[in-house]
Amino acid sequence: MQTAFVTRGLTKVYGEGHAAVHALRGVDIDVPQGEIIVMLGASGSGKSTLLNILGGLDRATEGQAFFQDTNLSELSDRELTIYRRRHVGFVFQFYNLMPSLTAGENVELVTEIAENPMPAAEALDLVGLDHRRDHFPSQLSGGEQQRVAIARAVAKQPEVLFCDEPTGALDSATGRAVLNVLRDVNVRLGTTVLMVTHAASIADMAHRVVRMQDGRIGEVNVNETQKTPEEIEW
Amino acid sequence: MVSPLDTKLFRDLRRMKAQAGAIAMVIAMGVLLQVMMSGSTNSLTETRRAYYERNHLADIFVTLTRAPESELQRLGAIPGVRQVEGRVIGGIRIDLPQETVPIQGQAISLAETDRPGLNQVHLTNGTLPAIGSDDEALLLEGFARARGLNPGDRLQITANGVRKTLRVTGLAQSPELLFVAAPGELAPDAARFGVVWMRQDALSAIYGMQGAFNDAVFAQTRDANTSEIIDAIDSILDRWGGTGAFAREDLISDRFVMEEINSLIIMSRSVPPLFLAVAAFLLYIVISRMVQSEREEIGLLKAFGYTSFEVSAHYMKAVLIIAVAGVIAGCLLGVAAGRWMVGVYTQFYNFPFLVFRPDTFSFIFSAFAALTAASTGGLFVLRRVFALTPAEAMRPPTPPDFSKTLTFKSAVARMLDQPSRMVLRGIARRPLRTAALSMGIAGGMALSAGMTTIYASFEDNIDLFFSVVDRSDATVIFTHPVGDSAATDIARVPGIFAVEPAREVAAVFRNGLRSHRGGITGLPHSPEITRAIDASVRPIPLPDSGIVLSVPLANKLALAPGETLTVDVREGRRPTLQLPVVAVAESLLGAPAYMSLPALNRALKEPGRMTVAHVMFDSAEKDTIVSTLKAKPAVAGFLVAEDAQASLEKLMNEGAGAARYIMGVIAFVITFGVIYNAARISHAERLRDLASLRVMGFTRPEAAFVLLGELALITLVAIPVGSAAGYLISLALAAGFSSDLYQITATYDLASHGFAASFVVGASIVSGWLVKRDLDRADLVIALKTRE
Ligand SMILES: Nc1ncnc2c1ncn2[C@@H]1O[C@H](COP(=O)(O)OP(=O)(O)OP(=O)(O)O)[C@@H](O)[C@H]1O
Ligand SMILES: [Mg+2]
Repeated sequence: MQTAFVTRGLTKVYGEGHAAVHALRGVDIDVPQGEIIVMLGASGSGKSTLLNILGGLDRATEGQAFFQDTNLSELSDRELTIYRRRHVGFVFQFYNLMPSLTAGENVELVTEIAENPMPAAEALDLVGLDHRRDHFPSQLSGGEQQRVAIARAVAKQPEVLFCDEPTGALDSATGRAVLNVLRDVNVRLGTTVLMVTHAASIADMAHRVVRMQDGRIGEVNVNETQKTPEEIEW
Repeated sequence: MVSPLDTKLFRDLRRMKAQAGAIAMVIAMGVLLQVMMSGSTNSLTETRRAYYERNHLADIFVTLTRAPESELQRLGAIPGVRQVEGRVIGGIRIDLPQETVPIQGQAISLAETDRPGLNQVHLTNGTLPAIGSDDEALLLEGFARARGLNPGDRLQITANGVRKTLRVTGLAQSPELLFVAAPGELAPDAARFGVVWMRQDALSAIYGMQGAFNDAVFAQTRDANTSEIIDAIDSILDRWGGTGAFAREDLISDRFVMEEINSLIIMSRSVPPLFLAVAAFLLYIVISRMVQSEREEIGLLKAFGYTSFEVSAHYMKAVLIIAVAGVIAGCLLGVAAGRWMVGVYTQFYNFPFLVFRPDTFSFIFSAFAALTAASTGGLFVLRRVFALTPAEAMRPPTPPDFSKTLTFKSAVARMLDQPSRMVLRGIARRPLRTAALSMGIAGGMALSAGMTTIYASFEDNIDLFFSVVDRSDATVIFTHPVGDSAATDIARVPGIFAVEPAREVAAVFRNGLRSHRGGITGLPHSPEITRAIDASVRPIPLPDSGIVLSVPLANKLALAPGETLTVDVREGRRPTLQLPVVAVAESLLGAPAYMSLPALNRALKEPGRMTVAHVMFDSAEKDTIVSTLKAKPAVAGFLVAEDAQASLEKLMNEGAGAARYIMGVIAFVITFGVIYNAARISHAERLRDLASLRVMGFTRPEAAFVLLGELALITLVAIPVGSAAGYLISLALAAGFSSDLYQITATYDLASHGFAASFVVGASIVSGWLVKRDLDRADLVIALKTRE
């Protein structure tokens, strides 16, 4: 089994002195490739911080984080940009689509700069929204916007997809549709999915569940079987 | 206790201090210019008035050939004349040891009394010549300064063919000599025209004027009719060779001061309002952005029970604080700039004192205008505050709607990448705002390009004048009309390769009630050296009869070719001529009228006469040529073209020319104010989009393109618009500034427009860079957390 990420003693401190906040206090984790990993934990336990460091949006204060053979801590800003461009996709709680681009164009925004993208139409098809490609975000519902955001994230065929509370702003039915898409991506493209959520039941669709506690990894559970989003109690 | 809303206000202002500062700066510029210009106008007007009054400048002036002193009684008896004084004035040549070209000058008599009269000099240094002295003289202070002369020094002059050594007793300024130019020239040059004052008996002896006078000055009673007095003077002095009395406003020195005041007034009425309009617009977009991003807070405040008025007042206070800051800064800077400008004027015009007197009204007026403009900008925004209901404000934000903007057909689409589409749709979604931003910048650029063009056009005029109209290397001026053999005589001087005779005759032109005091220039039929030119810069041949008028003269007299002009010649036999206007000539400096020399001489019944000779020579031999000519009989002086051109150019570079940099600053400040605010707002509106782009793997420059591309487009659109408007402004200004002293023909001057455009682009780059710097510093993670 290949590992996507390995971290050793990963530490993140915001601020200094009295005002210092220790968001991560030495995280050691191995993330295998091709799995869906769900991260749970109390608010403020450092989930987003970890995700952002692994995704190349932020830097650790101390410790190492490896993506395959690359030490993320040693990359320059430029190299981090290239890393994000080539290897990872992001989905956030608030879709973050470009309001001035249509659904199709939002996807093309990424395919234009990616090395080995899938056609924009195929990405939209994957999330079941190819027929809405000419609609602007203001003409789409929240769930639809989130699915476009996923299409945009997967269109470059990333090795890893980071999702920070992707269903946080959605009702359960819409949330299920979004989760279905993520599962689909994982199954069909073999993309590693790292998802942060507050809905503990979503953990049932993961291969592995990581619990964070106060800036550290609390426990890691491996699920023998994965439920489909439809089977999840919400 | 400070209300929490006020605390918020101050935090907000501190947060957007750079933006608020940029707007305050635009307001300050408008106020500054207003205060500076009206302050200068005020100071200049007031100083002129006070100086004239204190030194009893005459109301009416007249020059004549010679009249016995007994005529002064008759002149004094003219109804409305309060006081009259006869003087002796004569041309002199000043020979300075180091100078080969003799300097022309004038000697003016001082009455043999200590009783103060009209046109009193202002003694700056030393003492007056002793009464009865015959070799003591006062020297014009400007000339003395330019030549390093002091009281006690000796001065060699030639007056009426007599060489004389004068002892300088003091330096003086005079209200009739605020502006001093060498004869025949229009640019002031303190160094090339000297004035001495001597006691009347001494001067009379030199000029053979014992018991007589050749110049008279008059003071009139308060309610007298000036033109009636002038007519009465002219009829008395006609037989004494009077050249026509004229009122103070025709005094050349006063004309120039009035020109300056006039152009200041034109500028102060046209420039500041533009700044205030731009500032109002900037406040509008900035405050509306503030209201937009604070919808929730506004809703919340309303939900708590704050009235719409209270909430609006909160935002209005921000507007007013910015405006007041701008007004205060503008007033302070305006006073400082005004002082500086008045300093320049004191040097330029020989005012003995020039107090900077800020125009109180301009403070009140500009403060009022700035606050009104700012409040207008603010009020437009406040409508939205009123319209916002608490419930609406609390609703979660939906993405801004772009569905009604541009959709791209596949052909176009293929050419545009997604970031470019974002740029274009961003512009298309708010076409009005984009247009207004562009217009704001275009306004600044237009103002700058228009004004700079005026200076450039003036310089072009100077070049054209010396390369096409007057191609002489020097003009030899004779003391009186001489026979035209003088031209042949001059032509024999080695190094001189062309000579052309010409004749200058003083005359008054009349057409009905319109009149102009000037002169006729007689030139050969098809002159080669000094010529009249038409609109397409072709020389106009001078016909055997009739007169060619320059454009300003034709305009002033309302005459067109084919019509007849009445000319009262003020010299020689003083005939009155009826002359057909045969053509209109372009003129660049002054308001000349041309006739063919034989025709002019025939009309005067003085065939074969000339008063000046235009010469072209080998410049390597200038010094020997000048000293040879100097020794010729009846030569009064020289006018070296090089010097004349240099003093005109100096005028442009030192005085008015410095203003072009101010114009550059204007374009810069407006563009900076507009672009920087626009950039900040786009930045705030798009922070999350830009962060998302970075998350997706767009590099910093790629992400910045989305933001800066829009600004670049706005700037690019503004430049041609600003250039076109600038051209119109330059046409209007040229019309406003042109008079019969100077004519300015505004052309599209590429360099001026390029100059303004480069300031616009520079300002755009600076503001883009400031915003890009913030963009680069922005923390991705934090940016993603912000909810628009
Ligand atoms: N920019 C920042 N400056 C200071 N402290 C920060 C910053 N970002 C995060 N923190 C702190 O770091 C800690 C971890 O934050 P993080 O966002 O990773 O939590 P989280 O587990 O994602 O919480 P949630 O479930 O609420 O999203 C928190 O205590 C938070 O206050
Ligand atoms: Mg989080």
